[in-house]
Amino acid sequence: MSGFLKLLFRNRLAAMGALVLMIILALILIAPLLPLQDPDVTATADRFKRPFADGHLLGTDHLGRDLLSRLLWGTRLSLAVGIAAALIAAAIGSAIGITAGYFGGRTDNIIMRGVDMLMAFPYILLALAIVAALGPGLMNALIAVAAVNVPFFARNIRGVTVGLAGREFIDAARLAGKGHMRIILTELLPNVLPVIIIAMSTTVGWMILETAGLSFLGLGSQPPQADLGSMLGEARSALISHPHTSIVPGIMIFLIVMSINLLGDGVRDALDPRLRSGALSRPRATTLVERTGDIPARTDDLLAIQDLHTEFHVGSRIYRAVGGVSLAVKPGECLGVIGESGSGKSVTALSVMGLVASPPGVITGGAVRFQGEDLIGAPYETLRRKRGDRVAYIFQDPLSTLHPLYTVGQQLAEAIQSHHKTSNTEARAHAIQLLSDVRIPNAAARADNYPHELSGGMRQRVGIAMALANEPDVIIADEPTTALDVTVQAQILSLLDDLRRDRGLAIIFITHDFGVVAQLCDRVAVMYAGRIVEEGQTQAVLDAPAHPYTRRLIACVPELGGGRRELAAIPGLPPLVDDLPPGCAFAPRCDKAQATCRTGEIALAGTAPRAVRCLYPEVTV
Amino acid sequence: MGGYILKRLVSAVPVLLGITIIVFLIMSLIPGDPATAILGSYATPENVEKLNRDLGLDKSMVQRYFIWLGNMLTGDFGRSFSLNRPVIDEVLERFNATLILAGTSFVLCAILGILAGVASAARQYGLADKAITFVVLIGISVPSFFLGMMMILLFAVDLRWLPVSGMFAIYGGGDLPDLINHLIMPALALAAVATGVIARLSRSAMLEVLRQDYIRTARAKGVPERRVIMGHALRAAMVSVIPVLGIQAGFVLSGAVYIEIVFQWPGVGRMLVDAILKRDLLLVQGGVVFVAACYVIFNIVVDAAQSLLDPRIKT
Repeated sequence: MSGFLKLLFRNRLAAMGALVLMIILALILIAPLLPLQDPDVTATADRFKRPFADGHLLGTDHLGRDLLSRLLWGTRLSLAVGIAAALIAAAIGSAIGITAGYFGGRTDNIIMRGVDMLMAFPYILLALAIVAALGPGLMNALIAVAAVNVPFFARNIRGVTVGLAGREFIDAARLAGKGHMRIILTELLPNVLPVIIIAMSTTVGWMILETAGLSFLGLGSQPPQADLGSMLGEARSALISHPHTSIVPGIMIFLIVMSINLLGDGVRDALDPRLRSGALSRPRATTLVERTGDIPARTDDLLAIQDLHTEFHVGSRIYRAVGGVSLAVKPGECLGVIGESGSGKSVTALSVMGLVASPPGVITGGAVRFQGEDLIGAPYETLRRKRGDRVAYIFQDPLSTLHPLYTVGQQLAEAIQSHHKTSNTEARAHAIQLLSDVRIPNAAARADNYPHELSGGMRQRVGIAMALANEPDVIIADEPTTALDVTVQAQILSLLDDLRRDRGLAIIFITHDFGVVAQLCDRVAVMYAGRIVEEGQTQAVLDAPAHPYTRRLIACVPELGGGRRELAAIPGLPPLVDDLPPGCAFAPRCDKAQATCRTGEIALAGTAPRAVRCLYPEVTV
Repeated sequence: MGGYILKRLVSAVPVLLGITIIVFLIMSLIPGDPATAILGSYATPENVEKLNRDLGLDKSMVQRYFIWLGNMLTGDFGRSFSLNRPVIDEVLERFNATLILAGTSFVLCAILGILAGVASAARQYGLADKAITFVVLIGISVPSFFLGMMMILLFAVDLRWLPVSGMFAIYGGGDLPDLINHLIMPALALAAVATGVIARLSRSAMLEVLRQDYIRTARAKGVPERRVIMGHALRAAMVSVIPVLGIQAGFVLSGAVYIEIVFQWPGVGRMLVDAILKRDLLLVQGGVVFVAACYVIFNIVVDAAQSLLDPRIKT
């Protein structure tokens, strides 16, 4: 609770709202003790005195009554009526909601139908109808406002109750022979109460406004009694000649509603854990770059990732997702990057084109060179022109990576038109050609399908077609087959392999599956905790893994027809990258670890293309 | 698509019936003898008896409901005693004015709200975002009737840019420019709260959508950022904004009652308030049923728009 309050009042606006509300509440509570004039005593000689006129701090109204006094007493009445309406609406609405939710079935059905019908009214019509039937008056306005808000409570509370009614403790109470009434009062109500209170706190401001509104229309409080609404309503006729009589009650309503709104927003934000993690922040168009240290010199590779550092800054914590990774591909080459989830392989891939979500992602060092040109920190437009045109991505899980509201044909055409000026007809024809290139049958018809209308394998092909749209030089495939079943996976892999041979594509293939690497890749790099621990020709690494981690990873792959053998899972979990141990990150899980493994920096060493980051490798490379 | 709209129209029938039942039940809440309540305590016994017969009060409640319903279906909403003309004529005429006001406001709040929300989300925590958030906070906290009054003071009395009130100028008015001139202030005052609500919602919907994987895909294929925001993100965000537009339409319609009073706009809201103060209950009853029915039908249109936008909704 104190943590919640601290969080709430760290929000300056919420604190301000609370302060204003407190001052207003304090003022109206001590109003009877203040040396105020009687709010209802008229003095026609003193009518329409301006604020700060003798003896009247806020002036007087059209009957010469002291405005300050009327304001405080009116606020008292308005708040009292609003809160009373909220209490009544909450009580009746919750009773209805609990009944519907607890008994369920037909009772629920009939009640909720009724509630739906009430909610089909614009609220004021219902309130006006009730006031019309009962006649104008403050009590009747209160009843109308309460009644209008009953459905809101009924629906919310029913939702919560339905969730609770199926729980074990309710069944237990039933088995213990308790009656319905007792179960509702002793078991259900205490659990629902917090929800009722929150719903009430979010609607009370609204109800104060609604009752003020009815009084403004002349349907609520009747003279001489005045709440804020009727003060404003009465002052309206003198709006042009004596505006202060309108402004005074108007500002008060505004202050009350705004402070309640601010406080309510603060409460909602403080209760929402996503805000604290920064997860509600919008990712920028490119990853933030705060590069320190030297920029590595250019090489003649097609694409070279050089000593890349990418971090996530969440609050005061820093997660070093990628800690100095260097990779390179030449045309026509396929490089596999392999590692467990959380090893930093996807972040490495996304860093290439500045696609790491930022916030919280920050690239803090290194370079990514495409044909020698450094892309880290390059202007947005430079990056955009290369994205999808020279370097294209294929993502995992095409259901979430394809836009649900565009047809696949539109999405493909867009990929083309983002880089080439072509007419819509041409782009569409090209899109259909791409779909048949990735062996989607009946491509012309499929182009008009939405992603959700296609199978998983089909969607992945669309993803590949999209990556091929502009005949890029490099494709970065981030676990493109993980979500697919084995036969589809094999088809997709051979498709990629063909494309590589036919078009001289360079592919960076990210996966956690050594079987896939063996099938497709010329070279492989093994990542662990944000760093490369071993690299080399695929066959060499598979035949004689040098790093204990690689050896264990290969041992995890089941062999078809290999007979029954113990599959060796690696004990323990990868370390959290916000708190990496010194020395080898794998040491805590390694059966060969020595004391020396846990100190100092261990270099990636060996004769190219082989290298390993281990003091006691399985084989010397 | 056509089948879907038809299905929704059919499903609206029970809701419309429910509305008539609720209004009927509320009207039977009238304490004491309705005829006396309507005619006042000075009514002669003959008049009371005649009105009782006219209102059908000598019959059972169920009978009365069906007679009333049947009459309404044939367009007979009864006769307003304070205006001495058929209720339906008055309601239709007034509803026209309300539709102009509320319709304009609705279009305004939808466009301004969505634009503000998008701008806010696109520049999250930037200057524009902070400015918009602040204005929105003020907008949703000022009661529309007070805002309207302050606008009159500023734009009509002080600056003399716009007319104080009414729908047309008394002399020489009546054409479209005159109407627009009179419409600006009430439409803006009425739109303020809904604009704020829609702006807030659009902002959070955009922020939610911008974190989705398919936005990253769009960026990965080199779609220009402007199109990422105004195309990919906005379209997906609309899926959660449009249903709220339907709800906000109800609030705009409700707020129109206050605005019509403040600006002397000859709409159905002002008619209802006058009718309540004059105890012209048939006029209230007819007006409420008619406007509520229109609102239900409007929401069907919103549903249809939603299904056009989102192909995942089964049509």
